[in-house]
Amino acid sequence: MTLVPRKPLSLAKFLIFGLLSSIFLMTSLALGPAAQAEEEDGGQSQLDSNLVISGVLIADGVRLPGVEVQVIGSGIDQTVASDEQGKWSVSVPAKDDYKIVLNLSTLPDGVALADQASSTLEVKKEDWLTSTATRNFRFEGSAVATLSTADKILQRVVAGLIFGSLLALASVGLSLIFGTTGLSNFAHGEAVTLGGITAWIAGSLMGLPIFIVIPLGLIVGGLSGFLQNQFLWAPLRSRGTKLVQMMIVSIGLSIVLRYVYLFFIDGTNKSYTGGLSGVIVLGPIRLTQGSVLTFVLAIVVLLAFAWFLTKTRVGRATRAVSDNISLAEASGIDSEKIIKIVWIAGSSLAALGGILLALYRQVSWAMGFEILLLIFAAVVLGGLGSAYGALLGSFIVGILVELSALVLPPDLKYASALFLMILVLIFRPQGVLGKKQRVG
Amino acid sequence: MDFQNILFNAINEILSPTTAAYALAAMGLSVHFGYTGLLNFGQAAYLLVGSYGFAIATINGWPFFAALGVTVVLSLILTVILGIPTLRLRADYLAIVTISAAEILRYVATTTGMVNITGGSEGLSGFKGTFAEMNPIPKGTYNIGTLVINEYDLWLRIVGWSVVALVALILFKLMKSPWGRVLKGIREDEDAVRSLGKNVFVLKMQALAIGGVLGSLAGVIFVLPRAVQPGNYATTLTFFIWTILLLGGAATILGPVLGAMTFWVILSLTQGILFGLVDSGIIDFMSVTQVGQIRFMLVGLLLMLLVIYRPQGFLGNKKEMSFGV
Repeated sequence: MTLVPRKPLSLAKFLIFGLLSSIFLMTSLALGPAAQAEEEDGGQSQLDSNLVISGVLIADGVRLPGVEVQVIGSGIDQTVASDEQGKWSVSVPAKDDYKIVLNLSTLPDGVALADQASSTLEVKKEDWLTSTATRNFRFEGSAVATLSTADKILQRVVAGLIFGSLLALASVGLSLIFGTTGLSNFAHGEAVTLGGITAWIAGSLMGLPIFIVIPLGLIVGGLSGFLQNQFLWAPLRSRGTKLVQMMIVSIGLSIVLRYVYLFFIDGTNKSYTGGLSGVIVLGPIRLTQGSVLTFVLAIVVLLAFAWFLTKTRVGRATRAVSDNISLAEASGIDSEKIIKIVWIAGSSLAALGGILLALYRQVSWAMGFEILLLIFAAVVLGGLGSAYGALLGSFIVGILVELSALVLPPDLKYASALFLMILVLIFRPQGVLGKKQRVG
Repeated sequence: MDFQNILFNAINEILSPTTAAYALAAMGLSVHFGYTGLLNFGQAAYLLVGSYGFAIATINGWPFFAALGVTVVLSLILTVILGIPTLRLRADYLAIVTISAAEILRYVATTTGMVNITGGSEGLSGFKGTFAEMNPIPKGTYNIGTLVINEYDLWLRIVGWSVVALVALILFKLMKSPWGRVLKGIREDEDAVRSLGKNVFVLKMQALAIGGVLGSLAGVIFVLPRAVQPGNYATTLTFFIWTILLLGGAATILGPVLGAMTFWVILSLTQGILFGLVDSGIIDFMSVTQVGQIRFMLVGLLLMLLVIYRPQGFLGNKKEMSFGV
């Protein structure tokens, strides 16, 4: 195969793109760090005696904030909540017997005490060797021990629907980009991360309210999609670059962007609550306001996008290009314009997914890359190139990931979705809603 | 800044055992991608299987060559699992499936549920005994050019690079043979080869198996200077191997070797120079850990620029590019 460069992609353009994106990030970061020094020692009550009972609440490596612990004994009965680091401590008056009770109803979704672990721990008089006594509860991330099996499954399905709706926001874009340009875009996860980082900078550092953070994230995401297409993908397409080459370029871009993010925001996890950390209880299901908003917003946006695809001229043109680009062009559709719209829309949807993922979990430099393969799994499960298939696939993957944590160790839950994808490829390579001709 | 030291460190990378391991892994990938056109984005899985297979077998008291046999068998099993569902599908499906399979294996190697066998996130150590026992080189330190190493390191370098040389010779013969020419035919036009009565599926399986065995041998050489750490087998490893392959030239025998040497010299030089600049206060807007991150950005940028501007790499022929589809 020979490669004849028709229109050389100028290195200058390429570097300008890189420069622009890093300048953009730097300026947005420079605006931010005013409020960074907020995270100091969590409020710990300290009495004169200097005797402390403390512990750290960690479930499957994740620290649990806001969980209530009650310490009873020697004339005191004090309830404290764990801080952001999952730490709690209570000062006690004497080296005496104490009982430590965990308030199970304040545990976050999906976390429970480990099998046979008690929700009550004890400190005995003779245990006091130094001025501190440390007691830790044993947790597991997979199931709530006090719930019935049906409730556990229900809880997991709800968590899966929320996670699936987040995946859907990212996978619809990935699927449309694949449909219109044939590119398997490995840098799509970085669009998700961009949304998460925007949410953290605008929401947590600059303190902007959530109804500004979300449109801002959409704009930033859309802009990044526009710039990528304008300065990288469109020139490569007009140069006649092969799809496999473009795919490897997207892998390179993914590495570059990921480490640019790491360079600027470092490797620690950041949190963005959007002021929505209140808890809503529906029967056996406990959700934060943030997760409810996440789900509702994702569904609304996805429905709006489905409406756009089916009812508007541009949307119908998009589907036409996705279906058969030559035929669409023959009927007068400007495919480059449609592809530009797809890049902008796809990237801003992914960025929205990132903001909501930040609300639902945490912000980190690799948050998008970590779910990239799940996004691919969703797209492949539904059928490459089909937007509705990507939706369906996302919910399947989301629910499967959460349900598998009931039977597998929690650290294998992503593996189960990837395994299902491989199985589907064996038995139905075109995916659930895909067309056979795409398998090639 | 100590330029001499930076330069020596970079030169020492050329013949390090790690460079040999990457070269070998990239040779395996050249059989997959360069000669047959298979988009294997899960080469890290073969290295993982090689490293863990060798380490676990050795820790359980198996002799060296038996442990080596285990890695070969494991990589063949992996080939069957990967190949059967995907070799009939379009190229980018193979990419997605192989990268996913590599990640599944990494999750399994890391999981707390298997901690007794794989060591979980701690990994494994204490498997170098059988290899060190075979060392004929007397104890001591050896000065070779700019390099000061002990007898184990010298032995490992000799073995590692001998394997690379041997494999290069075998691949050279193989790719000149009729079998090798059919592989190239598959890369150029699968249907044409099929119409000549060749069983394309079996040939692809054979190519995947050979490249995979090379990958798992690379995994063995890769862990002999260090401990087994599951974090080392993430997708980044695969991407590094790809960059090396494309740097040297995908459909060439010595391209992967040259690519691996260049790759590690570049990384060592940039690391050394940036480190020195930060240390001496000339660059004050970044920290030492951020220097490491710059290296990854460079790798990503290198990968993009290579694929766009010089897809044939150093040694490749522009007419022989396997970027079909």
